[in-house]
Amino acid sequence: MGFAFTEENLRELEALAKRYPSKEALMLPALWKVMEQEGFISVEAMEAVAEWLGVSPMKVYGVVTFYEMFHEKPLGRHHIKVCRTLSCALCGQSGVLERLKERLGIEVGETTEDGRFTLSQVECLGSCGTAPVMQIDDTLYENLTPEKVDEILKELR
Amino acid sequence: MREVKIVSRRFDVPDVDRLDVALEHGAYKAVEKAFSMGSEAVLNAVCESGLRGKGGGGAPACGKWKLAAQHPDPVKFLAVNCDESEPGTFKDRQIITKDPHLLIEGIILTCYAIGAHDAYIYIRGEYHDFQKVLQKAIDEAYGAGILGEKTMGHDWRLDVTIHRGAGAYICGEKSALLESMEGKRGHPRLKPHRKEPEWYFGRPTLVNNVETIATVPFIVAEGPQAYRSYGTEKSPGTMLFALSGHVERPGVYEAEFGTPMMEYIERFGGGIKGGRALKAVIPGGASTPVLTAAEAAEARLDYESMKSLGSSLGTGGMIVMDETVDMVEALKNLLGFYHHESCGQCTPCREGTGWVDRIADAVVRGEAEAADLQKMLDISWTMNGKTICVFAPAVSGVIDAFVEKFGDEFQARLRSMA
Ligand SMILES: Cc1cc2nc3c(=O)[nH]c(=O)nc-3n(C[C@H](O)[C@H](O)[C@H](O)COP(=O)(O)O)c2cc1C
Ligand code: SF4
Ligand code: FES
Repeated sequence: MGFAFTEENLRELEALAKRYPSKEALMLPALWKVMEQEGFISVEAMEAVAEWLGVSPMKVYGVVTFYEMFHEKPLGRHHIKVCRTLSCALCGQSGVLERLKERLGIEVGETTEDGRFTLSQVECLGSCGTAPVMQIDDTLYENLTPEKVDEILKELR
Repeated sequence: MREVKIVSRRFDVPDVDRLDVALEHGAYKAVEKAFSMGSEAVLNAVCESGLRGKGGGGAPACGKWKLAAQHPDPVKFLAVNCDESEPGTFKDRQIITKDPHLLIEGIILTCYAIGAHDAYIYIRGEYHDFQKVLQKAIDEAYGAGILGEKTMGHDWRLDVTIHRGAGAYICGEKSALLESMEGKRGHPRLKPHRKEPEWYFGRPTLVNNVETIATVPFIVAEGPQAYRSYGTEKSPGTMLFALSGHVERPGVYEAEFGTPMMEYIERFGGGIKGGRALKAVIPGGASTPVLTAAEAAEARLDYESMKSLGSSLGTGGMIVMDETVDMVEALKNLLGFYHHESCGQCTPCREGTGWVDRIADAVVRGEAEAADLQKMLDISWTMNGKTICVFAPAVSGVIDAFVEKFGDEFQARLRSMA
């Protein structure tokens, strides 16, 4: 399975390159485009990014594996990320996580069999004032309760 | 307590993220003033104001600005730090979503003062929805000729580009941030022993926090003395302090430096949740040493007071813990964070954070002995002052404060040797 940027993404990246003193700065923007296109970053995509940037594939691999939000394997259609850090833990995070596990029938790090949901725990999401929180894909859900979790899951079916 | 809103003054104005509304409420006025003052006068105003960085370190802006401004390289950069990943901290996101034009105005002023024509805003990847609000404001500013080839009609170019991070706490550290922006793993750089600017692709670069930059428009518009009329001698002005954990009304509220901590918690936070007793406060983001309730009662929200209590002001994000909190569990939670976020370059940090995390876990489960607790303190010692960046020393300070101040809770969890 090969990888190629869409024409539009390629055009956007080329335009963005003008803003930077070196093309290598486009590493993260290019990997984000891969994530948008595919939902994960395959070895083929890393090779394509390396070629486009003019760097070695190993360098791209090193970057992909460093950052939490880049994934080498496809995840469920929705990625649920529950904050586990202190302010959320103080404000009822565990009840929220338990409810998610129960409803989805999976543990942290797993994907539901129908491929709909992947459940993760993440570190502080910068929303400690509205704890406990979780992020599903790019959307933040704040002031959570187990009951709210039920409602949110219903809408995501 | 005096009411004061400098950075948050437009937060409650509906739709002020829109350019027309922001302009109606005085946005970009300071830019006109700056161009008539000249760049050196802008720099001097910031120096006289005594503005200190709001990203956690509290370094005076003046020194850093001068290092960039006075460097002979004609090409310089500004990197605005919107990585905001320190647990307990959620203030920069208020600025970029509620009043993004304030940040853009601050960026123009800062770049003008130091002679930079390219600014990058490094934003944590998880803030994607907030990034869209900021990007829309930037696009509007370009459309109106506020950014671009001619800044508000002046023959002076400025480009502002958002750079999205991808989930790594350490990328908030200024040199790791620049490494990340150079397309690498976010590894902090070794620091030189003389004062010099940061470097982006070998060019002198200024790194400042979002809130620091957002304070500049007030200083330029109202003058440095207006800023100094708030706060204390060594901590002039105000800060967007924040409350999370066990308070009635968590949130971000601006206050002047020197405000007594408990008064702040009462006045803005509505006191401790459910009227329970206070046990402890982590004063400025997870990486600042915890204060006991007695210390919190004495604490003032400024650099001097926090230092005298053996802690630090950090990001001003207070995590409030009531009497029901299990301090062993709380430390375990934080050590899980540090273990996960160590960048792995330095052995004491890479190995140490995992080791203390495992020991804390054993204490929580009642499977640790007194010697393990001592081992945790020994590891903490090896993490202090022996690494590339201050991540590990901060972890060390966190461990020591928890174990020293709440030692009885730790002792009570040890496996009895009988
Ligand atoms: C581990 C670590 C994480 C940091 N995270 C942030 C951050 O998320 N945001 C920030 O503005 N500064 C952060 N800093 C501080 C930066 O290194 C730097 O001092 C700051 O961005 C400078 O801006 P200021 O002087 O305006 O505060 C961090 C520092 C360390 C050591
Ligand atoms: S102290 Fe820790 S986070 Fe900092 S450079 Fe060393 S390993 Fe990385
Ligand atoms: S601790 Fe959960 S958002 Fe900060």
